[in-house]
Amino acid sequence: MSMMSLWVLVLLCALATFFWRFLGVVFARRIDPSGAVFEWVTCVSYAMVAGLVFRMIVLPANDLATLPLWARVAAVGIAFATYFAARRTLLPGVVAGSGSVVVFAWWLG
Amino acid sequence: MPRGRMLNSSGQKELPSTSSFVSQNLISGRRAVFWRAIGDSLSLPAFILLTTMMGFGSLARVSGFEPSMAVAATMLIWGLPGQLAMVDLTAAGHGLLSAVVACSLANARFLPMVVSFLPTVSRTASRPWSLFVFAQLLSINSWAMCLKAFPGVEPGWRGFYYAVFASSILAAAVAGTLLGYHASGVMPAAMVLGFVFLSPLFFALVLSAVTGLPGRLSLVFGCVVMLVANALVPQMDLVVTGLVGGTLGFVIGRRLSRSETP
Repeated sequence: MSMMSLWVLVLLCALATFFWRFLGVVFARRIDPSGAVFEWVTCVSYAMVAGLVFRMIVLPANDLATLPLWARVAAVGIAFATYFAARRTLLPGVVAGSGSVVVFAWWLG
Repeated sequence: MPRGRMLNSSGQKELPSTSSFVSQNLISGRRAVFWRAIGDSLSLPAFILLTTMMGFGSLARVSGFEPSMAVAATMLIWGLPGQLAMVDLTAAGHGLLSAVVACSLANARFLPMVVSFLPTVSRTASRPWSLFVFAQLLSINSWAMCLKAFPGVEPGWRGFYYAVFASSILAAAVAGTLLGYHASGVMPAAMVLGFVFLSPLFFALVLSAVTGLPGRLSLVFGCVVMLVANALVPQMDLVVTGLVGGTLGFVIGRRLSRSETP
């Protein structure tokens, strides 16, 4: 894409994200937060973010693809193990996982 | 959100109570609330935003975006999954429309988040436009932090607390975006990969805190459906993943948890 269309892309993405925030304000008093519609919308967003994370780790379209799949999956495993060992603290988990990606990439490449 | 308890302390003199919340002093006043919000943001969320947005910044660079575009994306979209979807799909050569749709859908969680958050920050919409500002500033981090912090803040000062906290982590996010973007040019390739890996990792860990069977099943189905959808309909894989995976998780999860507890 050209620089101009990348700018258009960024602005359209901002508007497209604001769309949900806008609807959220409008619906804030109309949707029952304990109701079925609310729960379904939440499930859809969970599935979407999980799918995005899965694709970025397992089917990456960027430089991460240069790292073999086993290394990416092992790094995720190390991150989760550290996260739970640190009593669900995000920082150690994230640092351990990304740190092992650095080590794998340096070691393999 | 235990709303009843918070109301106790807004006006009336507190009576001895069995509730542990009542004994806490609720903070109020511009200076106290400001520093509480800054302190809370520096306790970890600002660092998380700094590092994960470094991941976005370096990803934006390898995907051919300008630094100003990356900063604009962080400030205006202000939802990392959508930002990542936008950059990722563009790098994969998808068209403008599918990148916008994917970004929007990856950020669709703001609808339920705003719906559940707004009543806790301000119950009386004296200035309706402020609700839209609050909605635009919302992110997973401020949402989670406010749920934790609001019981200790005087109801009338929660909007101010939230605005300061959200602005503080937004500033950290912009700094991180620029840092990640420019650092990835001088960093060794192995280290760049580490930063690119930060974002998916962060979300993977955050998602592990999801409770309830429908939500957890939706996470599992999201991964499974993505595998199929990416092979069959790569242009629409996120949309299909969300709708199919989320609906499966919702329906099956509800049915299973209903049969467990009749």
